[in-house]
Amino acid sequence: MGKLKMVLLACLLLPVLALGLEPPTDLKLADAPNDDGSIIIITWKPSVSESEPGFAGYNIERSEFPSDSFAMIAWVPKGTDVHEDNTIETMGKSYYYRIAAVTRDSAIALSAIAGPVATTQSWFHAGKLNTLIGTVLFIAITLLYIFWARRGNLFIRRIAGLDAVEEAVGRATEMGKPILYCNGIGWIDSISTVASLNILGQISKKVAEYDTPLLVPTADPVVHAVAREMVKEGYNSAGRPDLFKEDSVYFITSDQMGYAAALAGIMSREKPATNFFMGYYAAESLVLAESGAATGAIQIAGTDQISQLPFFITACDYTLIGEELYAASAYLSKEPLLVGSLKGQDACKLLIILFVLAGTIAAIIFRSDLIYNMFTIQ
Amino acid sequence: MKKNVPMAIVFVLGVFFIIQFFIPSRPSQMIFNKAIEWDMVIFVFASVIAVDSLVRHHIIKINRKNKGWGYSIVYLGAALFMVLAAVFSGTREGSFYMKIFNYALAPMQSTMFAILAFYMASASYRAFRAKSTEATMLLISAFIVMIGLIPQGAAVWSGFPKLSEWLMLVPNMAAKRGITFGIGLGITATSLKIILGIERNWMGGQ
Repeated sequence: MGKLKMVLLACLLLPVLALGLEPPTDLKLADAPNDDGSIIIITWKPSVSESEPGFAGYNIERSEFPSDSFAMIAWVPKGTDVHEDNTIETMGKSYYYRIAAVTRDSAIALSAIAGPVATTQSWFHAGKLNTLIGTVLFIAITLLYIFWARRGNLFIRRIAGLDAVEEAVGRATEMGKPILYCNGIGWIDSISTVASLNILGQISKKVAEYDTPLLVPTADPVVHAVAREMVKEGYNSAGRPDLFKEDSVYFITSDQMGYAAALAGIMSREKPATNFFMGYYAAESLVLAESGAATGAIQIAGTDQISQLPFFITACDYTLIGEELYAASAYLSKEPLLVGSLKGQDACKLLIILFVLAGTIAAIIFRSDLIYNMFTIQ
Repeated sequence: MKKNVPMAIVFVLGVFFIIQFFIPSRPSQMIFNKAIEWDMVIFVFASVIAVDSLVRHHIIKINRKNKGWGYSIVYLGAALFMVLAAVFSGTREGSFYMKIFNYALAPMQSTMFAILAFYMASASYRAFRAKSTEATMLLISAFIVMIGLIPQGAAVWSGFPKLSEWLMLVPNMAAKRGITFGIGLGITATSLKIILGIERNWMGGQ
């Protein structure tokens, strides 16, 4: 019986002995910084047997006890020397780790046990310090310009797409045709959708003044609820609440291509004189813009989706590029406070350009990445 | 009251979540996740209003015999059919509802997506007409990029793929980053204006 045990043990150890499998060494544990106390970082020196044929990777094992009850929590392939264990549930509890080098034949070589290590939660994300400084600086500059805007008029450059709004609304009035306003497929938590709703508020006032029919099909229930209230308020602000029609703002579908198909249908049937495409758009942008172009409508688009901008530029008469979408509300209302914030944005942009230039000079002439590191997001 | 309460809620929550962004601790993450759950609750309530608006819109169209009112009948019928299918057959894989979804709705979505190819061709035709210096530059660069991405391009001249890559990684990327800077600042400024109550259009501009 004893001999049989010896033979079995020898059989089990044979692959290990044949391969001369070495375990990983220098196992180190650290509590991850800037987290909620749920991550432990494990680093190790890879096994010298990694280059041997048949070497597969490492089993990472964890235990709450220093010498037994180890359970595998992850497997990583060879060539890896760091692993983040993000399965820690109890903060402050001590954990022990060991790593097993594993071959394809299931032979293993265990490292020394490391530990104990316990996690703590951070109350400030030090890696976001540059973001915090940038945010505070941006807010300060914007507020400063808003304060200056109270004193007098600030000049803002002309935006052709927004200058054309008045003309587009007027054209629809003359033709006796409706205006189609699309908010895109974004949810209400997308800032471009919020910006689009702000523009809708301004346009609905103009539409009410001209008594032009307005169609606002929406793709999101929350956006629909907000859009309806904004259009209603727009009519009220213009002193024409009687002209507001409940069914002018209506929900279609949250389905991307369903929304595109419905709008294409509306365009071909209703033949709006003016189409506005403002907000968040994805692949449906070209379907909408081309369908609108085929009907001969004036089209004004605006989005912050860089991948969709070429389609809008190609198929629309005017396109608000990126930040112009966010500037639209201030531009249309001419409200000093809003214009002030625009000037604040421009000042911050100048600051960024100066940093880009400084970073370029530092990198090329001084071979320094100091400026680059200042903007690294951790 | 009607205006001040929503503005106060926006200000308090806006400032709170700016601060929360810099605090990775568990209570902070828990509050953030809870807020996301509340988003879904709001979504459900808004869905009721949205569906009501949708049905009402089509019923009005049918009643008034507006242009294309027949489509409204088809729409309402299809919507009701799908609801009944989901109620009586369930929404599990293999159910009648899922069969309609997989064999009717999904192909229709794919068809709409496929139409993009035709629109791209017509849009390209418009974009690549050399009517000005800029349009000519666009045409030439687009030609280089496209020819550099196909095997035949490299067969004609081995420099095409590299030139194509350079166009995408240097001038194209520079323009993209410029736009991205503006977008980032625009998003931050818009958020700030809403939080501080400077931008009130979402409340009808009052």
